[in-house]
Parts: sequence; C-alpha cells; structure tokens
Amino acid sequence: MRLNVTVNGRPRQADDVWPGESLLYVLRERLGLPGSKNACEQGECGSCTVYLDDVPVCSCLVAAGQAEGRQVRTVEGLAEGDRLDPVQQSFVDAGAVQCGFCTPGLVVAAHDLLRRTPRPSDEEIREALAGNLCRCTGYEKILDAVRTAADAS
Amino acid sequence: MTTSTKSTVTRTDGIGASPRRPDGTAKVRGEFAYSSDLWHEDMLWGATLRSPHPYARITGIDIARALALPGVYAVLTHADVPGVNRYGLEHADQPVLAEDVVRYRGEPVVVVAADHPETARRALERVEVGYEVLDPVTDAESAVAGQGAELHPGGNVVRHVPIRRGDPDAAAEVVVTGRYEVGMQDQAFLGPESGLAVPAEDGGVDLYVATQWLHVDQRQIVAALDLPEDKVRLTLGGVGGAFGGREDLSIQVHACLLALHTGRPVKMVYNREESFYGHVHRHPAVLYYEHGADRDGTLRYVRARIYLDGGAYASSTGAVVGNAATLGVGPYDVPNVSVDCWGAYTNNPPCGAMRGFGAVQAAFAYESQMDRLAAACGLDPVEVRIRNAMAQGTVMPTGQVVDSPAPVEELLRRVRAKPLPPEPSGEPDLRTLPGGVSNTTHGEGVVRGVGYAVGIKNICFSEGFDDYATVRVRLQVVGGEPAATVHTAACEVGQGLVTVLQQIVRSELGVERVTVEPSDTTIGSAGSTSASRQTYVTGGAVREACLRIRDALGALSPAELGDKVLDETVEWRHRPTEELHPETGQGNAHVQYGFAAHRAVVDVDTELGLVKVVALDCAQDVGKAINPQAVLGQIQGGSAQGLGLAVMEEIKTEGGVIRNPSFTDYLIPTVLDMPPMSIDVLELADPHAPYGLRGVGEPPTISSTPAVVAAIRAATGRALTRVPVRPEHITGT
Ligand code: FES
Ligand code: FES
Repeated sequence: MRLNVTVNGRPRQADDVWPGESLLYVLRERLGLPGSKNACEQGECGSCTVYLDDVPVCSCLVAAGQAEGRQVRTVEGLAEGDRLDPVQQSFVDAGAVQCGFCTPGLVVAAHDLLRRTPRPSDEEIREALAGNLCRCTGYEKILDAVRTAADAS
Repeated sequence: MTTSTKSTVTRTDGIGASPRRPDGTAKVRGEFAYSSDLWHEDMLWGATLRSPHPYARITGIDIARALALPGVYAVLTHADVPGVNRYGLEHADQPVLAEDVVRYRGEPVVVVAADHPETARRALERVEVGYEVLDPVTDAESAVAGQGAELHPGGNVVRHVPIRRGDPDAAAEVVVTGRYEVGMQDQAFLGPESGLAVPAEDGGVDLYVATQWLHVDQRQIVAALDLPEDKVRLTLGGVGGAFGGREDLSIQVHACLLALHTGRPVKMVYNREESFYGHVHRHPAVLYYEHGADRDGTLRYVRARIYLDGGAYASSTGAVVGNAATLGVGPYDVPNVSVDCWGAYTNNPPCGAMRGFGAVQAAFAYESQMDRLAAACGLDPVEVRIRNAMAQGTVMPTGQVVDSPAPVEELLRRVRAKPLPPEPSGEPDLRTLPGGVSNTTHGEGVVRGVGYAVGIKNICFSEGFDDYATVRVRLQVVGGEPAATVHTAACEVGQGLVTVLQQIVRSELGVERVTVEPSDTTIGSAGSTSASRQTYVTGGAVREACLRIRDALGALSPAELGDKVLDETVEWRHRPTEELHPETGQGNAHVQYGFAAHRAVVDVDTELGLVKVVALDCAQDVGKAINPQAVLGQIQGGSAQGLGLAVMEEIKTEGGVIRNPSFTDYLIPTVLDMPPMSIDVLELADPHAPYGLRGVGEPPTISSTPAVVAAIRAATGRALTRVPVRPEHITGT
C-alpha cells in the first residue's frame, strides 16, 4: 500500500508498505528517520515515542496505515536547525544521556510534559516519564534535565 | 611507573571537569547511528531459527520450503559454516549453528536472509527441524554432583575454584549459617543486538556491530569463517548499553555468513524477545555460608560453597567463578577461609558476564550473613561490618596483600551519617507509597526499614590475563590551531569513555580540539569494555601516548608545531597478575579492588508485600574522578540495577524454558521505582593506577542489592534468603 503522512512538517510518501508494518518501522526503514528507537516494539519502553497529531504515542504500536493523512513529529523534528530544543540541550548538559537509546523517547515525552505543564513538580515529572525505560542512568540526571529545561523555558 | 601529574594542565574541559559528551548532541537529536539504524542500498534482512527445546537431538533439517519462498536469498545450516563451527570467550564450545544436539531453548539452528524482515520470519516458519527431545539438566548443584546427562565432553563442571587460607578447622563462639539464592538477572540493555555485514570485493566482509570488544569478536568470526584476520574488518556501530551482555557473539558470525553467501549486505536486528534468547545472563546462584566469630563480632572464619549455573555453554563462566571465589568473603579481614565455587553446565540459558560479574552473587550472601552475625552478637549491622572491615595492608583470602587504599570503614561511616528521609506524616501522597497510584494502601500496614551493605569488586582482568590497550594519538596544527586525534578499538557503550579520552588528551597536551575517531580493528586491541577497566587501561594508554608526544614536543608548544605531525602508537598494560594456585586458590590474582557502600530505606506494605525504596544513598571510592558527572551517572545507574535485582528483576525458567522474555514480564526499574540518591565520592589515589583512578562502573551494582534486602528484612522481620524478593516472601503466603 501507499502511505501519505506529514513528518516533521514535510509531506512524505512511502510505497509498498506491508499491512503489518508499524509507524515506527516506516519511519526508521522507509523514510530514513531512525531517530525513534526500537527497544521493545511492544509498547513497554517508550523509546519509540513520537507525536501523532500532537499526541505522544508509542509508534511501535501504531499500524502504519493509521497514520495516513496525519501529522507526525519525531525527535528529529524538535530542534530548529542548529538550535536544540531546551529539553534536548538540558539532556546534554545534565549528563542525562549515556548510551542514549532511551533519549529520543524521553526527550519527546519530556517535551510534551513541559508543553502541558511548564513548571512540573517532581512527582509530575516522574509520572509523565513512567512509561519510558532507561537502563543506564538510574533516572536521576534525567530528572535534573527536565527540571533545568522547565526553568529555562 | 610514575603517577605524577605535575605538568598536567588544569583546564575546564580536562581531567576532573565534566565537559559534555562528544556524542551527546547527535544522541538528543536522534542522529546518532546505533547498530540497529544502519542501512545499505540493496541490503537483506537476516533472521535466526532457534531451538524450541532446552535439550534435544536434531534428527533432520529440511530447508526446501523456506528456500522456495519468493524474496528469500539464503537459508543456511551448520553445513554452511566454512570454518570451525565452535566459538566461545574462554572455551570454543558453542556451535555457530547447531549440528546434532541443541543444549538450550533459543539456540540458533538455521539463519535466513530475505528482502523484508517479515519474509525472513515466514521463511523461518517453513524450515522443518526434527527433534528427539532429551531430559534436560536444569539444576547446577546436581550437575556438579554428576547427576543427569553429560552435556559436554569432560563433564558438567566448567570450573571449580577452591580458596584455602589459615586453619580449615577453625572454630568460633558464635556461628551463623545460611543458604542463599540469586535469580537470573538480565542486562536488559535497551539497544537490541544488531549489525550490518557488507561483503567486500576482496572476498572478505566488513561488519558494523554493537559489541564490547571488537578484537575478541574478530578472533571468533575468522575461525568460523575460515578467513584470515585482514579479511574480516569490524567497526563499532552505536551501542545502546551493554552491561556484559555484549561480550559474547550474537549476530556477528550469522550476519557475515549470510552476507558472504548472498553477496549482499545483510542487516540483523533482534526483537526484545529474541534478545532474551540471544545473549547470556547473570549466573543464578545457590550459596551456602557459615560464619564463625567471637562474641564481640570479630570474624574467626568463613566457609562457603557457591554453585553458579552457567547454562548450556561456558561463555565467561570460568572467570565469574574466579571472582565469586576470590571475593567470596567480601571486604572483610578473615583469618581462616575455605571457599569452593563451581560453575556448572546445564540446559538453562547460557550465563556469562553482567556488571558485577560473580561479585554480585557472593555479596548478597556474605552481606546477609553479616546481618545475621550482627543479630547473633547483638550488634548494630554497621558496627559488625566496621569491626571486620578490611583496609590497606589486609591479606585477602588469596594471600594477596591489599596495597592501595581500601576505605571500607569510611564508606560505611559516611552512608550511616547521612540524614534519613523524613518519616511519612499527615495524609500521604499515594505516589510515594508502595503500590503507588494503584491505590493499594493509604499508609496502613506500611512499615519502614533501613539496611546497609558494602561490597568489593576486582577492577581490570585478573588471574594472569595479558590485559592491555593499544592507542594512537596524533597532534598537528589544523587551520592554525593545534588539534589531536585519538584512535583506539575501545568500545564506547554509553559509559562515556569517549569523553574521558578527550579529557586526558586536553589535560596532557593542553589542546582543546580533540577528536576521538571511530573504533575499529585497523588498530590493535584495546581489550574489553568490561571489568570497569577502560578508563584505567585505555585511559592509561592514551596518557602514555600523550607523555611521549610531550617528550617529542620538547620546549615547543603544540601551536608551534608548524607542519610537523607528532604521532605515537602505544600498547599499554597494567601491572601483571598471577594465576590462582589450583588447590589453594592462592595468588596475586587481582590488579585493583573497588569498593562501594549503600544505605537503603524502604517502606513495605506488609499485607501485600509491596516495596517502595524511599532512599538509596551511596559512598564509593573512585581514586580520582576523571569526570565527576559521569562517575555519578555510573553510581546512579549501577545502583538502579542492583535495586532491580533486589525487588523485581528475574528471568524465570521452567525446565530450562524462559517464561518471561519481554519487558511486560521482565521488569526493570522505572523512574517511579528509583529514589533520589545522596552520593559521596571519595578520591583516595591508588598509587599504581593512572591518575590514581579506580574503576567505577561495577561496585555500585554490588552493594545496592543486599542493602535494599537488609532494609526489607528490618521492616518485616523476614529472613529473605532469595533475590529478587517477591511479595509472597514478605507476606509469607
Ligand atoms: S519500542 Fe515502542 S514502546 Fe518500546
Ligand atoms: S541512556 Fe542508555 S538506556 Fe537511557
């Protein structure tokens, strides 16, 4: 099937998409956007989080066909040119990135949190990020990063 | 060797500072190329058919229907392995593809390449393998006793290490005994096993892969492919965490075989379920301990028997056994020691390296014993530990004299002195209670407990291993500015080695621009990214190369080099170690020891058995914090993995079959499970190590588990002799 989807503001087209392919697979393997990650492909880790029409979703659980005609924003679409989004910048500065495999999903989840709640409490941050697994950091510096990004915005 | 750093330049981006990671920006932008992100024109997808049985004889393999499927380019069996169909880190005992027998559920039998991952999966379904199912060996202790089928020639003991020191018949006034169990933990790195193999015109292959040691992969691949070393070139793909789980081969030989067979690039990526079958795990253990002490708590002797389940293939079981045995009494001064540790072959999933490597299992047992001893002597748990704490000058059970700081007592004092979190008061926030917002309690039945633990880990490779790193450092003026490049084969797996190497060069050469080139096999080995060794060994090598460049510079400053290029390649090794005596376990087997202590505070819902870790504070000596931010990151992340083993993480097997190969059923800590940590980092220089540094990554994983369990014991009064602690252990139902 042919899929039409707007990704990071650009209309894109993917041909020969199989019915079983996920939005994550299409982004990574057909549209050249491997930023969203594939740590579980079962909706358990959040590494594949993208905005679908402004709502963060696990793209591994979204069938590609469901994205037809809709807007997708991935981690690759957060920075403006060389200027990182404040969330991205604070992840780098705070040491919230080790292997970084969780980072794209966490950055999108934190970006969404700060859009909705510009000054979140620690409990609110934890709740918002509870669906994103990180195996390297123990989360402390991720919390630091989100706090800093909230202060910066 | 000298450790003087007198002429080292102090900089804000050098040693002791916390400059940003060079790969950080690419990682937050989603532009860092992990091994699973690689793509090549014309590439095929590889997939692996695995044994559904823990132990079976293969009676036949029929690939015809799979080959007939349109879109399939290759279906390969053991008959297609051109070289030796055996590989392994310590013993080459594991088939690349199974021949006559499969020894674990998940063992690779057939690999395919196809034009779409789904086609590859369907091809696997069409392969017919006949099996005659055999009775699996699933218990390490009885395997050591010689019961059940012999899984490998020579029997089911991979290694036995005895340690004998002092009087084997020593007696004591107070005796405490215990039997402890440690479940099988998974590394659960987030980046799945993956890579891309590209066939080359010279008949060789280029492999881009996530791994922990390029050269040891290369050694095993060339043997299986029957190719000379220069025909198999490896480049490190971006690595999404490792924690020991990438020391053994996964896709490496399979992807190369498929690429050479089809003449097309082949990509392989495991999904999460396959990842649970595709890498080794932490050895489950059964440990029997007896501690004898004077009434005042002074240890007279420790006797222990430790059984580690190595699963179907040896992997690094031998070295894990060595660690569990030599570190078996913990960071304590014990005059009389008798420890026996065995690693067994069974038909359970293969086990090998995971952060803490043998020291984790022993620590759960010896720290549980120290708490029992404290109770038996009527002493405070910290007091009994301090009374027996080892120090610089202590003689280890191996006879090795500890010749650098061992601040066990101070670490314990520090975590004890930290303020405790406030007692819950008023209307509790559900989010802070065991069970969280699932609203299982409003505070009734919740009891608080505090527990302590301290642990020890050997740093770098031990037991006489020739442990070295090769590095090349070049200095030249580029665009009017001095710039240095560093080339090594060392694997950055997330820990931040690339940052640390830049810092060392900046401080030693006084240049700001330092590029760390991609790691590959065009340079000699840097050894493994394991045993907390890379900053020590590859960092030590970079320092040495810089010192030579400084010599060559003489009175010149780097900016005055003109068009000269200073170029130094160095192979650097730490001081040698010795093998253990086979009967007594005596020998200077370790290079360096690392120590950390934790204090855990938990709230336990005693009715439902749910645990909330409220605080997990830590003190660790790192000798010298080359990058303080990264040191904290290691301590936080390592402590989280220890917490996971304490209360949730276990691969459950039944008759050798993994029951929970997914993140739905294998739980790792989330941000809701990790409490804030207060951390003290000590910097007591080790005079034998570069900059006085001590490996950082593993010690915090070791003491965190027993500290959390001790806190749950304190809250519940339960004996809790097994990790992970499950709700039913707490409620007794
Ligand atoms: S990859 Fe989508 S949630 Fe894990
Ligand atoms: S940084 Fe590695 S998983 Fe989060």
